[in-house]
Amino acid sequence: MKRALRGGCIAVLLVWLACALGGRLLPLQPDAIDLTQVFAPPSAADWLGRDELGRSLAARVISGAGVSCGVGLAVTLVALLVGVSVGLAAALAGGLVDLLLTRLIDIFMAFPGILLAIALAGVLGPGLDNVVWALAAVSWVGFARLARAQTYAVKSRDHVLAARALGSGRAVLIGRHILPLIVAPLVVEASFVLAGAVVAEAGLSFLGLGVQAPAASWGNMIRQAMQFLLVAPHMLPGPCLALMSLVVCANVLGDGLRERWQLQGSQENKR
Amino acid sequence: MLNALLLRIGLALGVALGVATLVFLLLHLAPGDPVEAMLGESASAADRAALRTAMGLDAPLPTQWLGYVRGLLHGDLGLALGSQHPVSALILARLPQTALLAVSALVLALALALPLGLRAALRPGGGWDRVTSALAVLGMSLPSFVLGPLLMMAFAVWLGWLPVSGSDEAATLVLPALTLGLALAAPLARMVRVAVGETLREPFIVAAHARGLSGQRVLWRHALRNAALPVLTLVGMQLGALLGGAVVTEMVFGWAGIGQLVLEAIQRRDYPLVQGCVLTISLSYVAINLLTDVLYQVADPRVRAA
Repeated sequence: MKRALRGGCIAVLLVWLACALGGRLLPLQPDAIDLTQVFAPPSAADWLGRDELGRSLAARVISGAGVSCGVGLAVTLVALLVGVSVGLAAALAGGLVDLLLTRLIDIFMAFPGILLAIALAGVLGPGLDNVVWALAAVSWVGFARLARAQTYAVKSRDHVLAARALGSGRAVLIGRHILPLIVAPLVVEASFVLAGAVVAEAGLSFLGLGVQAPAASWGNMIRQAMQFLLVAPHMLPGPCLALMSLVVCANVLGDGLRERWQLQGSQENKR
Repeated sequence: MLNALLLRIGLALGVALGVATLVFLLLHLAPGDPVEAMLGESASAADRAALRTAMGLDAPLPTQWLGYVRGLLHGDLGLALGSQHPVSALILARLPQTALLAVSALVLALALALPLGLRAALRPGGGWDRVTSALAVLGMSLPSFVLGPLLMMAFAVWLGWLPVSGSDEAATLVLPALTLGLALAAPLARMVRVAVGETLREPFIVAAHARGLSGQRVLWRHALRNAALPVLTLVGMQLGALLGGAVVTEMVFGWAGIGQLVLEAIQRRDYPLVQGCVLTISLSYVAINLLTDVLYQVADPRVRAA
């Protein structure tokens, strides 16, 4: 039962990844306006129907996958790099550096949920790169906390002390003796951060702070669907289901990995 | 115990100062000159100079920061750009709406999560357990801007039971509170399940059973009182997600709270107002976390002794 569920989730994620990578190769026209087809309901040829400009919603959902996957992966990567560096630095340096970095982490944690990202995206202005920076600024904290705690647990183990006694440099100590031991919880955290970043990107785009028209993102599609809820309710389910399927699957897989590696309490999903 | 409390309060004050500093720096993150960004390119040089002086932007950064913090200590968040009303007054006018929404959502979430999580913990692997886990995953993956429009479509558009949006009548509260409450109930139910489940395996529960106490008494007097503490902490932590989610939910339902205010301010590039709103929401979160910490210390004799 669980295996089937996880297999299904992997399949869904692969489908979205394929859409993100190969969507442009398909003969789809997400931006093609057809004013004779405005608000056309779903049909056999157009199985999600058309929007307020007669654009194909199915084509737009598929092209939106590129934005979601791209932003999700970019945010996770940036946050992972920054967070792990900060966490390692804090744990290895100890003392005052550790104290200051921990306070910095506390300060970032004090901003509730997506609020800091909203403020950052709002001040930086619209645009995909600004969305990535705004979300990375919120997401690195989880990695930093995790990397710091894990490194503290590992850094005085015998093999690390032995390597240090043998004169290994800092890079070797981190790369060969510490990182391999703390990578599992970081991967689990990454799956939750990925899911969170996809939701947050859609959220920012929904608020008009992310991807701008005419480019399609699931978030701004939901925003448009809301405006025409009374006229064309068929615009709503497509982007909603796309977003849900991607996020549910990423969360289920994160849970599965956590169970398999028997990790406790790597951060609960915060968003 | 007093020392521990003072330490907590000191730490929270430090975090609050850090939050204020970050919010202060937010203004300087705007690409280019903040004055230009706020006034637009068409503004005259005299207007720009006037705004720069009025906001104290011609002073060196540390001086500006000192002025900002000093203002905060007096409850002065500056003037909103367009209307020239004090930011604090604008926020205070909206705060009750957001508080109403957040408290209703919290009550709803507790009413759903406590019984669900409890039933799931009493019979691990049973039907309720599976329903709770499925709902928890679903709830955590359904952001308010997805759940909100879907609920709106079902209850307001199709069934016509409730108003679509607004914040005037009492009925307009139902959908936003439901949207926010369900999102909060999901992780809570899961946490209740874990906390009660772990407590039930403790030796003192076995001992209580061995002394011949009834199952109900063991559950209510021994298990739940101990499981309440981690749940309390999580409620405090999740309130942050609640406050952040409230911003988006208010936008979905046109609920005239502080979240909608911050988005309006962003659209008008009214940075002092943006700063004020973000600071207010974040500092309430810091205060709530401090409060849960203190409650924890008061409620748990083990922490008190340590």
